[in-house]
Amino acid sequence: MRINTLFYCIKQGIRNIFKNKWFTLASVATISACLFLFGLFYSILTNFQHMVRNAEQGLCVSALLDAGMSDERVAEIRGTLMRRTEVSEVEYVSAEDTWAQFAEENNFGDISIFTENPLEDCAHFDIYLSDVSMQPALVSYLESVEGVRKVNQSFLTAQALTGVNAIIGYVSIGIIVILFLVSIFLISNTVSIGISVRKEEIQIMKYIGATDFFTRAPFVIEGMLIGLIGSFLPLIGVYFIYNEAMMYVAKRFPSLSQLLAFLPVETVFTNLIPVCIGLGVGIGFIGSFTTVRKHLSV
Amino acid sequence: MRRRAGSGVSDKAIILEHVSKAYTAGVPALNDVTLHINKGEFVFIVGDSGSGKSTLIKLLLRELLPTSGRVIVNGTDVVRLRRRQIPKFRRSLGVVFQDFRLLKDRNVYENVAFAQRIIQMPNREIRRNVPSILSTVGLAGKYKARPKQLSGGEQQRVALARALVNKPQILLADEPTGNLDPKNSWDIMNLLEKINNNGTTVLVVTHNREIVNAMQKRVITMKKGIIVSDEEKGGYIDED
Repeated sequence: MRINTLFYCIKQGIRNIFKNKWFTLASVATISACLFLFGLFYSILTNFQHMVRNAEQGLCVSALLDAGMSDERVAEIRGTLMRRTEVSEVEYVSAEDTWAQFAEENNFGDISIFTENPLEDCAHFDIYLSDVSMQPALVSYLESVEGVRKVNQSFLTAQALTGVNAIIGYVSIGIIVILFLVSIFLISNTVSIGISVRKEEIQIMKYIGATDFFTRAPFVIEGMLIGLIGSFLPLIGVYFIYNEAMMYVAKRFPSLSQLLAFLPVETVFTNLIPVCIGLGVGIGFIGSFTTVRKHLSV
Repeated sequence: MRRRAGSGVSDKAIILEHVSKAYTAGVPALNDVTLHINKGEFVFIVGDSGSGKSTLIKLLLRELLPTSGRVIVNGTDVVRLRRRQIPKFRRSLGVVFQDFRLLKDRNVYENVAFAQRIIQMPNREIRRNVPSILSTVGLAGKYKARPKQLSGGEQQRVALARALVNKPQILLADEPTGNLDPKNSWDIMNLLEKINNNGTTVLVVTHNREIVNAMQKRVITMKKGIIVSDEEKGGYIDED
């Protein structure tokens, strides 16, 4: 294809956007509305998942060790645990540290008056998990390790978090799929109506020998540009709403700041920007491509 | 009915051999039509509504396929054309319609230039060819006008300029004067004759009795899907 033909098609596509103002406005509004809802749900669900993940990371399994275990053996067990995929962090708490921590939590004051450590056999590992659903596997492994005398776990919490995580996953997929399908339907219909009005124009082009590509290209470029514009507007909207919501929650509910730890807007938008633009441009492309095809058989 | 004597295929612009076309079961739109049109001929096709004239034009444009028979245009068997070959085939034809079919949002220059753009003509050639063809049809001064700013006769001239700018070997005109007053009708017919004198085969489908009778060209009369008359220097045959 000649370069001037390519430029001609692009120029016509851009021209069509201004020429068919009402169609452009209707299409941009439909795409924006759909992607705005999509962006909001995406942000909410991503944050839910983030909060659940935070809660998971705070959950640990304690492995109490036999009293008087040598430093070498402690290091060996720690090394083995660190190599396990479900383990994210292993913290060794010696018997002395356990006693000091316990005394502090219970306001014992000066513990130097105690001549013996009452928690002499309480040296332990606090093991944090990268995947809370793997807790039972880790516990059964720990129970088989020589030198581990007892394993404390938060089975119910782990189970609840795993359940919440799974539900959020399913709900996310469900809502996103529904929104995606509704968006495709609405946008394709809008693009379709706009192009059907220009059916005659397509037929004239075909009668005088225009190829399918030449006929279709300006419409497809127009559809993609409408998709692009339609995806920028909701992104700007979601950006402002997200920031405002974060500030509002931080101000209004400071005590919940630990629980309601929002993802930074940049993190959410790292995925949301390409997804929204891809959806907008992609739907604009598919909508115009398929609609023009219906009128090409002249 | 007089059929023309056969000559070599290379002399023929259009050949229809035993062509039939049925849209649905029942009366066919065309029924076993055989027709040869030589290169450089000027031919009128006349007949009442439903006689098969428009179906004939659609077959020549490869908008429709015949139910049976062969259709050869400019040496191309249109029945065997693949879908992707149709645009290139249509560029060898010029087409003019009763309702002009101009792109309403583009001016006269762009409407004519469009035909050149689809054959990927360089811009400098377009800038040379379009004004030239517009002056041939007498519209050089109106190249900036939009179709709705023109009279019916002027719009038909733009359509004619668009049909001719790529120098087609055959010009198909489907009721080109159907929406025009007598003066504009004659202007268009004179232009078509001038184009024919330059070597282009011209096929005009019309109802215009006065023009057909006055121009003394070959006249093919159709009725209910068959050719009932084919006369050299013929006239419009009354149905009654």
